[in-house]
Amino acid sequence: MSGTPRTIPVRVHRDLARAITAIENGYASFDDTVATLPARENGKPSFVVGVTGPPGAGKSTLVDRLIEKFRVGGETVAVIAVDPSSPFTHGAVLGDRVRMQRHSGDTGVFIRSMASRESGGGLAPTTHDAIALAAHAGFDVIIVETVGVGQVELEVVAVADVVAVVTVPALGDSVQTIKAGLTEIADLFVVNMADRPGASRTAVDLKHMVRDSGRDIAVLQTIATEGTGIDDVMVALTAARASESTNAERAVRFEVVRNIRDAAVRRALGVLEAPRGRAVLERLRAGELTRLEAREELLVYALAEVINAD
Amino acid sequence: MPIKVLVAKPGLDGHDRGAKIVARALRDAGMEVVYTGLHQTPEMIVTAAVQEDVDVIGVSILSGAHMTVFPRIMKLLEERGVDDICVVGGGVIQEDDVPQLKVLGVREIFDADATTQNLIDGIERIVAEFGRARKRTDAATPRP
Amino acid sequence: MAIQLERDDVDQARDEWEQLTLLPFMERRPERRSTFRTLSGAELQRLYTPLDVADVDYLATVGFPGQPPYTRGPYATMYRAQPWTMRQIAGFGTADDTNARFRFLIAQGQTGISTDFDMPTLMGCDSDDPRSEGEVGREGVAIDSVDDMLDLYRDIDLEKISVSMTINPSAWILLAMYLVAAEERGFDWKKLSGTIQNDIVKEYTSQKEWVYPPKPAIRLVRDTIVFGTRNLPHYNPVNISGYHTREAGSTAIQEVAFTLASGIGYVEEVLKLGIDVDSFAPRLSFFFVSQIDFLEEVAKFRAARRVWARVMRDRFGAKKAESQRLRFHTQTAGASCTAREPLNNIARTALEALAAVLGGTQSLHTNGYDEALSIPSEPAMKIALRTQQIIAEESGVAGTIDPLAGSYAVERLTSDIEAGCFAYFDEVEKRGGLVRCIEENFFQQEIADAAYDLYQRKERHEWELVGVTKYRDDTGNPKVELHHVDEAAAERQLQRLRATKARRDENKVNLALAEIARVAQTDENIMPATLEAVRARATGGEIINILKPIFGTYVEKPIF
Repeated sequence: MSGTPRTIPVRVHRDLARAITAIENGYASFDDTVATLPARENGKPSFVVGVTGPPGAGKSTLVDRLIEKFRVGGETVAVIAVDPSSPFTHGAVLGDRVRMQRHSGDTGVFIRSMASRESGGGLAPTTHDAIALAAHAGFDVIIVETVGVGQVELEVVAVADVVAVVTVPALGDSVQTIKAGLTEIADLFVVNMADRPGASRTAVDLKHMVRDSGRDIAVLQTIATEGTGIDDVMVALTAARASESTNAERAVRFEVVRNIRDAAVRRALGVLEAPRGRAVLERLRAGELTRLEAREELLVYALAEVINAD
Repeated sequence: MPIKVLVAKPGLDGHDRGAKIVARALRDAGMEVVYTGLHQTPEMIVTAAVQEDVDVIGVSILSGAHMTVFPRIMKLLEERGVDDICVVGGGVIQEDDVPQLKVLGVREIFDADATTQNLIDGIERIVAEFGRARKRTDAATPRP
Repeated sequence: MAIQLERDDVDQARDEWEQLTLLPFMERRPERRSTFRTLSGAELQRLYTPLDVADVDYLATVGFPGQPPYTRGPYATMYRAQPWTMRQIAGFGTADDTNARFRFLIAQGQTGISTDFDMPTLMGCDSDDPRSEGEVGREGVAIDSVDDMLDLYRDIDLEKISVSMTINPSAWILLAMYLVAAEERGFDWKKLSGTIQNDIVKEYTSQKEWVYPPKPAIRLVRDTIVFGTRNLPHYNPVNISGYHTREAGSTAIQEVAFTLASGIGYVEEVLKLGIDVDSFAPRLSFFFVSQIDFLEEVAKFRAARRVWARVMRDRFGAKKAESQRLRFHTQTAGASCTAREPLNNIARTALEALAAVLGGTQSLHTNGYDEALSIPSEPAMKIALRTQQIIAEESGVAGTIDPLAGSYAVERLTSDIEAGCFAYFDEVEKRGGLVRCIEENFFQQEIADAAYDLYQRKERHEWELVGVTKYRDDTGNPKVELHHVDEAAAERQLQRLRATKARRDENKVNLALAEIARVAQTDENIMPATLEAVRARATGGEIINILKPIFGTYVEKPIF
């Protein structure tokens, strides 16, 4: 750790911001936008940290603290904060950077909010590219903050080296609020607002979940608003960073499943739009078929389509 | 493509009822709204605008300090080499000050009676007319 | 038995009226709307009759003025003894500038002083702080040290006129400055009367002036209350406020409920120190808005008094009647004033002022017609003051107490608002108390939702603004002469600040600041150390800054 933390020139902030917009809006290809950014100096790969959890868990406050710690360690930090778009209007209010505004004057920090757009509340479709661009621009650490439709964003494992799942002490039956599948993606659990009643109980429940999963996942407690417990989080992140890339396998498995699922969905939608599918729906509308019958008929067609896809 | 707007509250003034209603209304009109919170300096506002690469900065200012704040914002944008972000404003801004603000490059000052529909229409018009020319080059293959 | 029979008669007669008179008439002439609502969105009935107040027992619920439950007023004689205090707010430029305005208002018949500070002072920044640029002396008066405070109230007899100060995160500091200024001018603290707003809870939910997070900030409020209880027998150490909550868009019920919930929170904080509730509760004072929906506002004020009386008696076991007595200042609603056709605001303000008087306010600020355009000009303040004087001298309402009592509509609305308050108190308890609700943005979300709902009703023309959304004259907006901001005032203030710093003993200041920092980390009362620092000419910003590393600073989570 040297004296003055590294910074990134303001010009590069601007170019990176524009590159992300170009990708987000489909105006340019990834290769074109990457060309607008300066070549990386040291070629050291960026460390991508995923922070996910339900709304109100204090993720932004935690990220603000992590930025502070990484900066003290001399590293530059880019933050991509994803918030859900309205499924009705497709607009969004992006307010995560409010909690991080104190870093505004620090040119070693870059914060970008992205709306989830048509991905239905999960990662924005172009988050992957945005991270790659930030890495190209020279940021040592990239933090991706996101909320999933089901309260926790599972997809974040596809983009991050380490995933921190943030939760808060729940009253009563705590583990209910935590989805199954989380132990597949989490590298650490953070119980924030640990001064609330139920914090220890929640931590214990999480530890049981972890034990049952057979994976090595740290369970930590923090009070992000006061800065308590943040050092422990940094220790856990550093340890994960130093270890072999354990996330690669999980990321690939996740992506393969998701890609297949997405392709299957596209096929199925195609079936419904094709004449054959539409005829069935017509008969349903006319009352010639019950819902059950229409469904069974369509499923036969759709499955055949998906399986026979070239 | 959604218009991206930064709703900015400069200075020490804490009256955010209007700014929040505007943010909500713009969202309901399909825009992406970045809100950076209260007590922002012009530096913080411009930094956010650049990083977020917004189309529009909407400044909500009720304190009467607009003749200090707007010039500072316009100057910072110029210094950062950003000439394609449109700046608009609203709040408590005397009619007599509006011409001078426009000379500085502020595109529009919405008066106190403006409805949110006026704001939405105004922003769409300003972005269409003055916003960055959106040149579609080879669009990237949409990734799954 | 007799009352029941009577009610049945009315019920039956009402049915007949509906069938035989109302419905036929409505067929010829339908009503303009299917539902009429108050400003807050509560449904307003076509007609209120004795049936609507069958549950309102006069003796237990309405009662008599000057005794619990105080529905009819906190004093037995109300305005027959003396009218409410006419207290127009003033503040701009340097202390000298504002002092001149104070003396103008007093000469025009004002009976109390109300002080508005500039944004830097309100936010705990000195005039030479980089964040203060462009804002020094603009929206209020710049006060950096006790030297300014001495000039602010120069030639004003502080033992004879009550002084209110609208200040929150740095309230305890400005109170210290006020007390030291009074002391240096030879006034006896025990004879000072006045109010300091000092209600930090509503800052987090509504007015948004803050420095520290809620817990240490509430400790500062507690210390001021305790200090006031021991040293300032005629001073109100808090003015627990609903004005700002309502201006942020809340309903009338929320205005009262959230305000009184804050009051409950402060009382609990002080009680934790083992102090007897009756020793400090009588000096807690309140501040509400008077909005444009006349009946709802009158009912609201009456409900607030009754709710507080019941809370103090039932929840806190207060024994003294004065502990149950809610006294309040009112300001007419800034949010109801339009920038378009500003002179119309005189009519709006007059109605709102009348509602406040019929609601039994102790003190009143009426807005100027220029409220939506600028801080008040002299001519606007003069008319606003005359408005109050006309109500007091000419309208006759000051000659009888609580004249709208017994109105079926007003008593029904009063009871409904009361019920709404207690429902919110239960909700706050369920969610873990006042501080938890602030941290979890419960109040903020309720306010944001109510604000959005009202905005939508306006967009749908269910609520009209005359001259703006209805009866709009687009030929041009009449110009009014506005308060002229003296741009040179900021430089004058910076010079004053430099002079103060040049004259003072830096060593003494540093020692005093260190002492404040030490006290802040214990549970001792912060006031004595603050008074010492203020005497040494420490500035407000210096005191605020020394505590930032100890208390932390607050960042909100914005709610839409």
